[in-house]
Amino acid sequence: MEQTKKSEFTRRYARYAPLFLMMLPGLLYLVLNNYLPMFGLIIAFKDVNFAKGILGSDWIGFSNFEYLFKTRDAYIITRNTLLYNGGFIAINLVVAVGIAILLNEVKNKFMARFYQSVVLLPYLISMVIVSYLVYALLSIETGFINNTVLPMLGLNEISWYSEAKYWPYILNLVHVWKSAGFLCVVYLAAIIGIDQEYYEAATLDGATKWQQIRAITLPLISPVITMMTLLAIGRIFYSDFGLFYQVPMDAGALSDTTNVIDTYVYRGLMQLGDIGMSSAAGLYQSIVGFVLVLLSNYVVRKINKDNALF
Amino acid sequence: MNTDNRVWQWAGHLIMIVVSIACLVPFVLLFVSSITDERMIIQNGYSFFPEKLSATAYVYLYNQSEQILRAYGITILVTLLGTTVSLAITSLLAYPLSRRDIPHHNKLAFFVFFTLLFNGGLVPTYLIYTQYLDIKNTIWALIIPGLLMNGFNVLLMRTFFKTSIPVAVLESAYIDGAGEFRTFRSIVLPLSLPIMATIGLFQTIGYWNDWFNGLVYLNDARLFSIQNILNRILTDIQFLTNGSMSTNASQGLAALPSATVRMAIAVIGVLPILIAYPFFQKYFVKGITIGAVKG
Repeated sequence: MEQTKKSEFTRRYARYAPLFLMMLPGLLYLVLNNYLPMFGLIIAFKDVNFAKGILGSDWIGFSNFEYLFKTRDAYIITRNTLLYNGGFIAINLVVAVGIAILLNEVKNKFMARFYQSVVLLPYLISMVIVSYLVYALLSIETGFINNTVLPMLGLNEISWYSEAKYWPYILNLVHVWKSAGFLCVVYLAAIIGIDQEYYEAATLDGATKWQQIRAITLPLISPVITMMTLLAIGRIFYSDFGLFYQVPMDAGALSDTTNVIDTYVYRGLMQLGDIGMSSAAGLYQSIVGFVLVLLSNYVVRKINKDNALF
Repeated sequence: MNTDNRVWQWAGHLIMIVVSIACLVPFVLLFVSSITDERMIIQNGYSFFPEKLSATAYVYLYNQSEQILRAYGITILVTLLGTTVSLAITSLLAYPLSRRDIPHHNKLAFFVFFTLLFNGGLVPTYLIYTQYLDIKNTIWALIIPGLLMNGFNVLLMRTFFKTSIPVAVLESAYIDGAGEFRTFRSIVLPLSLPIMATIGLFQTIGYWNDWFNGLVYLNDARLFSIQNILNRILTDIQFLTNGSMSTNASQGLAALPSATVRMAIAVIGVLPILIAYPFFQKYFVKGITIGAVKG
């Protein structure tokens, strides 16, 4: 009995051994790149000392978190992360859905394709290049805005990289510029998928375009809108590092309005060498992020089971 | 009815033209600045219609900037190598996962999926790559951390294999005596060109545009990619203009590549993507669509 069970076991695995072999490189990469760092999160509870190694360093419990949450930083980075991402979600939604609806209305095929290609362009370039573009516009001595636009309007130069108050607008603008094209393509695909018969029937009944959009297009793409929005909410604790670090050029004067959790963690690790505080902030981000993903998935599942991630 | 239609057509074109201009104009400014005469920029700032043009920046890049050429080579190498390896290991992991018959198929899928939900974040990742794997200041730093493969692409590919490769074909290959590797190479791969193109493009763009790994894991400027060079110039400007000692700052600024050369580097950094884009646009749009609507 034992014998046959065993041979069956080996036979079964021998049959699938090549498949397991195929998976090996990928699985090893995930262990290395994703799972080991998860265990590395214990350093948030340690007084890291490289001489002793990560495992050998002393445990200090929640001290790192205590320090972090006692500072004003914790409040600022949480507030900024949430407000910016909230703003991005709302603006992206309005702009991307709006553009997608308009693109669908444009009947000239060639022009529609042209517009679609162009709105996706900013999505394809790196944040470093974006920060060059922003610098060409905003640089204090040589920027286009200070040299051409403001004089034309009869206004004085503005020292953009040292005035924090403008940056919420600038960053929202840059973000929508860079990413609306991507969402727009998603929504456009959903709109194209709508059965034309609805529109034909509505036209026969004398519905105007605006009525058709409100009564047919928006309700029928609302599952996609809901899903994309909830996915974004699930990631609301993470931000685009490049946008908040590169585009304001790491300017200290702006940090009250541009510092988010990701940039805080980076600065703590690379510039200040404050690994304890930095990893505490990172763990805070990972855990809240995890909870938010589960929560938003739960909500998606409630609304429409097919759209849920899991 | 007809006037309603016409109004929508006009409004649609009008708004889309404004949006398109907003998307394109910064690129135009970038390009025009790179062919502007340096003195014009110092005098009048960046401008769409400079009084004097000059190709000096490109001549400079062509003639003497060994570092830029080197960085360009590194960018190309990293993009090619990274994309190839990435496609290989992603598809090799996704294909077995798409097979319902292998043991522990659900557990393995969850192992991949969980990486999308929870992550260790920057600090532990950095410590593992630098303390235990010694990746700092090697070319691998630009290829391996974070970019090589991700769970999302694996699941995307798995869905494709599941839905578009008939099980019957795989079974008949098995009956004909083809091994798993043979089946994968001569049946699965040829049937999967659309998803390979999609993920290959995502990866190509990801590698070409990446500057983060270089920022975090490289000090050695000889390994910089073009994005890292651009990034370094930007931080130097920032450091020098914020610097307290103004005499040193002006000296330092003089040593930096001039404004036009900086813009020229940025142009050669985006140009390949902009040129290739019309050709791969179809795949790219398709990829975004399946990625988002059918995650």
